[in-house]
Amino acid sequence: MSKPIVATTSLAGCFGCHMSILDIDERILQLIELVDFNKSPVDDIKEFTEMCDIGLIEGGCCNSENVHVLKDFRKNCKILVSVGECAIMGGLPALRNNIPIRECLEEAYLNGPSTKDANPDRIMPNNEELPIILDKVYPCHEIVKIDYYLPGCPPRADLIWNALVALVTGDELKLPYEVVKFD
Amino acid sequence: MSEQIKFTIDGKACTTEKGTNLVKAAKENGVYIPILCHLEGIKPAGSCRICNVKINGRFMTACTTDVADGMVIENITPEIQELRKIIVETLFVSGNHFCPACEKSGNCELQALGYRYQMMVPRFPYEFEEKEVDANSNKFYIDRNRCVLCKRCVRSVKSKDGRSIFAVKGRGHKAIINIDHELANQLSDEEAMEVMNTCPVGSILKKERGYVDPIGRRKYDTQPIGSEIETINV
Amino acid sequence: MNSQVQNAVEKFGKDASRLMDIFHEISHEKGFVNDDDLKQIATEVGLSKVDAEQTLSFYHFYSKKPMGKYTIYLNDSLVAQMMGRAEIADAFEKATGTKFGSVSQDGLFGLYNTSCIGMNDQEPAAIINGVIFPKITTYRVRELIREFRTGKTATEMINSFGGGQNQSSRIQAMVTNNLNRRGAVIFADYNSGEALKKIKTMDPREIIDEVKNSNLRGRGGAGFPTGLKWDFCTKSPSNERYLLCNADEGEPGTFKDRVILTEIPDLLFEGMVIAGYAINAKEGILYLRLEYHYLKNHLETVLTTMRKNGLLGENACGIDGFNYDIRIQFGAGAYICGEESALIESCEGKRGEPRNRPPFPVQVGYLNKPTVVNNVETLCSVVKIVMNGAEWYKSMGTKETSGTKLLSISGDIRYPGIFEIEWGMTIKEMLEMAGAINPKAVQVGGPSGRLIAENEFTRTICYEDLPTGGAMIVIGQQRNILDVAKNFTEFFIEESCGSCAPCRYLTVILRNKLQKIMDGKGVLKDLDELETWGKQMKKANRCGLGQTAANPILTSLENFRHDYISRIEKGKEFDTKFNLEAAIQESSRVVGRFPQV
Repeated sequence: MSKPIVATTSLAGCFGCHMSILDIDERILQLIELVDFNKSPVDDIKEFTEMCDIGLIEGGCCNSENVHVLKDFRKNCKILVSVGECAIMGGLPALRNNIPIRECLEEAYLNGPSTKDANPDRIMPNNEELPIILDKVYPCHEIVKIDYYLPGCPPRADLIWNALVALVTGDELKLPYEVVKFD
Repeated sequence: MSEQIKFTIDGKACTTEKGTNLVKAAKENGVYIPILCHLEGIKPAGSCRICNVKINGRFMTACTTDVADGMVIENITPEIQELRKIIVETLFVSGNHFCPACEKSGNCELQALGYRYQMMVPRFPYEFEEKEVDANSNKFYIDRNRCVLCKRCVRSVKSKDGRSIFAVKGRGHKAIINIDHELANQLSDEEAMEVMNTCPVGSILKKERGYVDPIGRRKYDTQPIGSEIETINV
Repeated sequence: MNSQVQNAVEKFGKDASRLMDIFHEISHEKGFVNDDDLKQIATEVGLSKVDAEQTLSFYHFYSKKPMGKYTIYLNDSLVAQMMGRAEIADAFEKATGTKFGSVSQDGLFGLYNTSCIGMNDQEPAAIINGVIFPKITTYRVRELIREFRTGKTATEMINSFGGGQNQSSRIQAMVTNNLNRRGAVIFADYNSGEALKKIKTMDPREIIDEVKNSNLRGRGGAGFPTGLKWDFCTKSPSNERYLLCNADEGEPGTFKDRVILTEIPDLLFEGMVIAGYAINAKEGILYLRLEYHYLKNHLETVLTTMRKNGLLGENACGIDGFNYDIRIQFGAGAYICGEESALIESCEGKRGEPRNRPPFPVQVGYLNKPTVVNNVETLCSVVKIVMNGAEWYKSMGTKETSGTKLLSISGDIRYPGIFEIEWGMTIKEMLEMAGAINPKAVQVGGPSGRLIAENEFTRTICYEDLPTGGAMIVIGQQRNILDVAKNFTEFFIEESCGSCAPCRYLTVILRNKLQKIMDGKGVLKDLDELETWGKQMKKANRCGLGQTAANPILTSLENFRHDYISRIEKGKEFDTKFNLEAAIQESSRVVGRFPQV
C-alpha cells in the first residue's frame, strides 16, 4: 500500500513552523516510514507531481504569489492544514494590516531610516517578476477552504506530530493542554 | 453564623452563605464558572457575558447574580459552552490579538479562555480594525488592539479622591478606554503594577517591563484557567 | 476659567447627576463641549475629565468639536430611505460641498446621519439646529442651503405650520400630526384636570388596585402589568421614590409620543401626577428625546400652568402632604435610553448603559431609590382608567389585552400616521385601515420586533398573539428585504451601548456577513451561520436591545428565505469574497505598476 503524500510550504511566514516540524526529533525516522513528501522545502520538490493527501501551510498571504501557491495547494491536496499563527490569523506580518499599504511601502522604500538617504531616485520595487503585495495579510482560510488548524508560534512539535499521525492513521487527535498555544 | 443555603450546579449539590455571589459560591464548591470582566472585590459589570449560566432555565450572568436558596444552575452544557466559545472568538476578532508578540501572552485570561474552549481558529473573519495605542502616561501605556472592554480598570482604578482614572469613550463597537493622564501620573510604581495586573489581557502594560516570565513558567502554560478551582475537594 | 461653563455648572448645583443638563446648556450655546470645558466641568462636579467625557461621548448629539453653524441631521431610518433619502442626502452634499459625517470647510454646514427622529410619517426629514424639516425635497434642500448662506436662521426657514398645536405660538413647527384615527381612550374627548380632582377623594391604594384591575400593561412594548409595577415600588421600603416617564421613543417607526406631547401633554402630566401620587413619589421626570426639543416651550408652559393651578408643587392637587413636581430631562440621542434602567442612568448624568438585574428599578432605581418607569401612552391610559374605571377599560380589547393601542404606521401606505385601535385588530385589517399599497411584509414593533410575511397577516394585534409597542412599518412588494435587514442591523450597531461583548461586535459580524450576501458573494453556509450566530444574541446579552439586535436578520431569514436564496451564488460551496484583483489595486498604484495578477 502506498504511503500518504504530504506537501508543505511557507507563504508569509518565517519558516519557524517548518523548524518546528523538524523538532519532532527522532520521530522524523518514523515520519519517513509513515508518509512520502511531494512539493516541499523539505525535499526541495518545486512543483506538484501528483495529488497529495495532506498539505501543510505555514504563513498567511501577503502577496499575489502566496495566493497562487495557496490555491495550487488547495487544488493538489485533499486536506489542507493551516499551521501556525501566520496561516491562521496573519501573524506578525499582519501587524501592518491596519496601516494603509501606501504608508507601509513608503516607509519601507522611501522614508525609513535605512532607505531615506540611500534611495535618491525614490524607486519602489516594480519588476514584473516580483509578486505584488496585497492590501493586507490574509489568513489562509479567508482565501481558500482550510480543513484543520494547528495554532502556535510555532505550533509545538508534539502538536504537529500528533496531528499528522491522527490524519494519516485516522486515529482520534489527542490535544494535551500544553501543546495547543497561540505563541 | 449566617444562613447557609443550598443550590445545585449541573446536578452537584452545593452550599454557601446566603447572599454570596454565584461565581464565588461556585468556586467555594469546586466549580469553575469562567469569568473575564469580573474581578473579585469590584462591582460586577456583567459585560463580557462569558459567565453566562442557566439559572432555573434562564440565561443569566453568574457574576451579577447572588445565589438564592434552591437555585438550579446549569454551567457546563453544550449550549452554554458553545455560547462561551462564540464570545471568546468574537473578542479575538474584534481586536487585534497578536499573541506571539504580546507581553501578556501566557498570562492572559482571554488567551487562557481560548485554550480552555479549544479555539483553534475563530469562526469569524478578522477585520483588523485600526486601534490607537496611548503611551502618554508616565507609568504605563494602553494598547487598545488588545482591549476587550471588560472595564475592570474603569471600575477599580481610582485616584486618592475617588475620581476615575480610566473611563470609556464612545459607544458600541467604537467604544475605547480612555486614560486621565494627569491622574494616572500620580500613581506610584506599585499602584501602576496593580493596574497592569487588573487588566485580564495585554492592554494595560507597565512601561519598562516587557517580557518577564519565560515560556513554560507562565500562568497558563501548563494548567488551564480555572483548573485551580476544579481541584478543590469539597 | 470659562464663565459660560461656570454658569452652567452652577445652574445645576455642581451636581454630577445633572451632567446631561450641563452639557445641554453649553452645547445649546456654542454647539459643542471641548476638552477645556470638560476639564472645568469635571473639576467642579468632582469627576475626572475622562469620567465626564465618558458621558459626553456616549450621546450622538453631543460633540467635542464644532458641528457647523448649521448642524444638519438627516434621518437614516428605513422609511426615510424608502421615501427617497438617498436623493436628499446627495442634494445636501452637493449644495453644501461637504460629505456626511463632516463639516464644510467654511465651517457653515455639518452633515450627519441620525437614527429615526420620530417622523416616519413625513419622511425624508431632517433636524437643522433643532428645527424639524419634514418632507424634504431636493428643491427644498437647495433653497435651505441658499438661504442659510445669506444668514437666515433655521427658524426663519419655517414656511408652514403643521396642524393642531403645531401651529400654536408655543410650538410653531412644520411637523404634522397625522392623527388619522382617534380611539376611545387616549384621544377621546376629555376635560383637563378632572382626574386630578377625583384622586383627591382616592387613597393611593385604591388607584393602584384600579390600575391593576384594568389589566393595563406597559405600552412601550415589553408589556409589564402597570399596576403590579407600582405595587412592587410601593412595597420597596424607602422614604423617597421617583416616577419617570419614558418619552425616549427611539424605536424606528414609532412616533405616537410626539403626537401625544403635541396635542394632549396635559393628559400625560396628569397621568404622571396620578402615578406619582399612587407610589408616593417625590418627583416626576419626563425623559424626553432631544429630537423633540422643539416641544420644550409647549411642555414647560403646561407645567407652569399646572403649578399655578396648584396641581404641582407643595400639597399638589390640594392633597395634604403630597409634595410633587415634574421636570423634563432631555436625552441626547441614544436609542438604548429607552430601556428603563439605561434611562435611569442617563437621568443620573451617566452613560445610558442598562443595569444588571436584579435589583429592579422598582427596588433600586433613580438615585438608588425605588423608581417606576412608565411609557407616555401608559400614563395617559391611567388617567382614563381612573376617570372611567377598570371595568370600562376592560370592556375594550381582547380577553387578555384590555383597552386601546396607538399604532404608528408608516412605510408603503397611503395614510401614514397615528391610529388608535382597540386591541384585537388583525394585521390585514390594519393594512386596509392605513391604505397599504401592495404589502409584502410588515415590521411589527420596529426593528426589535418581527418582520412578518403575508401568511401572518391574519394574526391579531394583542398580547395573546402579536404584541407590539405600536411601530408598524409596511414594506411593499417592490422592496428588497435584505435592504430592510441591513438598515435595521446597522441601526443596532450604531445604537449598541457597547457594554456586552456579543452586542458590541457580533452585530458587526452579522452585518458584514449580510453585506457579503448582498454583494453576491454568499454561499448557503452563510445563511446557516447568520442563523446560528444570530440566535446567540438572545441568550448572550443583558438588555432588550442586545437580545433583539439579530431579529431583523433572524425574522427576515425565517419569513423571506427565498429573498436570501436568490442572492446566493449557484453551485458554490465556498467563497470568502477574497478578490485578488481588488487586493493588489492600491499597491500597484503606489509602485506605479499596471495591475497584473
